Amino acid sequence: MTGLFRDKVDIALTVNGEPVEARVPAGQHLVDFLRASLGLTGAHASCEHGVCGACTVQVDGKAVRGCLMLAAQADGAEVWTVEGLSDTAEINDLQEAFVERNALQCGFCTPGMLIAVKELLAGGGVPSRAEIREHLSGNYCRCTGYEAIVDAVETVARARAERGAA
Amino acid sequence: MKASAGGYARASDVRQALEMLAASDGSGRVLAGGQSLIAAMNMRLSTGDILVDISRIEELAGVRETSDSLWIGALTPHAEIGRNALIRDHAPLLSQAVGFIAHAAIRNRGTIGGALAHADPAAEFPAGVLALGATLHVEGLDGPRDIPAEDFFQDIFETAIDDGEILTGISIPKAASDERQTITEVARRSGDYALAGVCLVKRSGKHRLSLFSVAPKPVLAVQAMAELDRGDIEGAVRALQADIDPSSDTQATATYRRHLAGILLRRAVATIQGESE
Ligand SMILES: Cc1cc2nc3c(=O)[nH]c(=O)nc-3n(C[C@H](O)[C@H](O)[C@H](O)COP(=O)(O)OP(=O)(O)OC[C@H]3O[C@@H](n4cnc5c(N)ncnc54)[C@H](O)[C@@H]3O)c2cc1C
Ligand code: FES
Ligand code: FES
Repeated sequence: MTGLFRDKVDIALTVNGEPVEARVPAGQHLVDFLRASLGLTGAHASCEHGVCGACTVQVDGKAVRGCLMLAAQADGAEVWTVEGLSDTAEINDLQEAFVERNALQCGFCTPGMLIAVKELLAGGGVPSRAEIREHLSGNYCRCTGYEAIVDAVETVARARAERGAA
Repeated sequence: MKASAGGYARASDVRQALEMLAASDGSGRVLAGGQSLIAAMNMRLSTGDILVDISRIEELAGVRETSDSLWIGALTPHAEIGRNALIRDHAPLLSQAVGFIAHAAIRNRGTIGGALAHADPAAEFPAGVLALGATLHVEGLDGPRDIPAEDFFQDIFETAIDDGEILTGISIPKAASDERQTITEVARRSGDYALAGVCLVKRSGKHRLSLFSVAPKPVLAVQAMAELDRGDIEGAVRALQADIDPSSDTQATATYRRHLAGILLRRAVATIQGESE
């Protein structure tokens, strides 16, 4: 094989606003890189084949599966995890609504849920409950159930719309 | 489980990607959105691949129109297909299909070219481009080739793309003003692959009907199409049974899939008739 291909790849990206440089194994997932190399354990690795949504992180403004993207592919990207979004307070209203409405029990699914919801609400307006459920159909919660999560999302969407209108 | 890759390189244009594939001694694997490939690598269904990452090749993304057709770049993500105005106007079947594919986060990265090259028999886009009579454009070091959708899908996960070639895009004839297009399917949960699905196009009084998840590859149901052209819907539902070849798996039995195919065809016809009244 030629020297074209690398089994270790050099990457430079920003994570939660901070520049990061690293040398990663070619097959390493983004979520494992975030967890193991950067200690950002908010996004979880669970099913590792795209089904559960626990690994959802934000890459270049979009919610993506951290288990279906290689760290090598994040070279040059802007990555945000629940830790960074908590620090900037961008999703504080969502987090408060989740607590208020008991939309989490063990909390395993919550970081992924929050990032998926953030994307939905960035579109503006107040999505219907059916739209909320559809958008979250790829995020599994094994203990709380979905009713409280949908309630929390709806509450925040309404509150933001009212603030926007005021 | 964790993926294992034999190596990785990112191509910045098509030529470079083709050269990388040629240099990989047959173990090169094109990586686009990764939403099927990385899942397969994680499950160790695919190991030791030398990954040629094409996801940043700008010339392969986007949608353009000519007077009578649309060109859709292979790297156009599902989410963009869903919101693109040209596609909504000229190939609405594909816009509708997106709602059935996976979940929002997967649609952000998965690409139409990846879905077509992957050729899952239960996937929406392969059946969609078959019903639309699309042409698939592939390119190798020897140059480009055009492949009609009818010849592109060959078997389960098998297409007419040769080793060392890349799918660069597809062309779709623009819908006529009186044309009707629809897609419908049954899946157990939102975002799951379909148990059975139907794409129906009515163009200048002629029908094109394709089905997915009822055979090892998407099927153009020619016998049922002839009945629809005659206006015999019940005849089409009967004829359809000879066009398809479903199998049983943990999701559904072959008998149930046959039943669904007939129901979905009736629903698709009703949708198209409802729209044209
Ligand atoms: C949980 C889950 C649910 C899903 N549900 C659905 C569903 O309901 N319907 C559906 O259709 N899909 C579904 N998918 C698959 C998804 O649509 C994928 O995005 C798509 O199948 C592959 O596109 P990709 O760009 O991610 O390709 P990749 O995963 O990068 O590649 C897939 C295959 O195609 C090859 N390839 C990719 N691009 C090219 C190219 N341009 N030229 C040559 N070869 C190429 C690769 O080498 C690989 O073999 C689902 C995926 C997941 C994880
Ligand atoms: S761990 Fe990525 S979707 Fe389950
Ligand atoms: S709160 Fe436990 S999985 Fe959702």
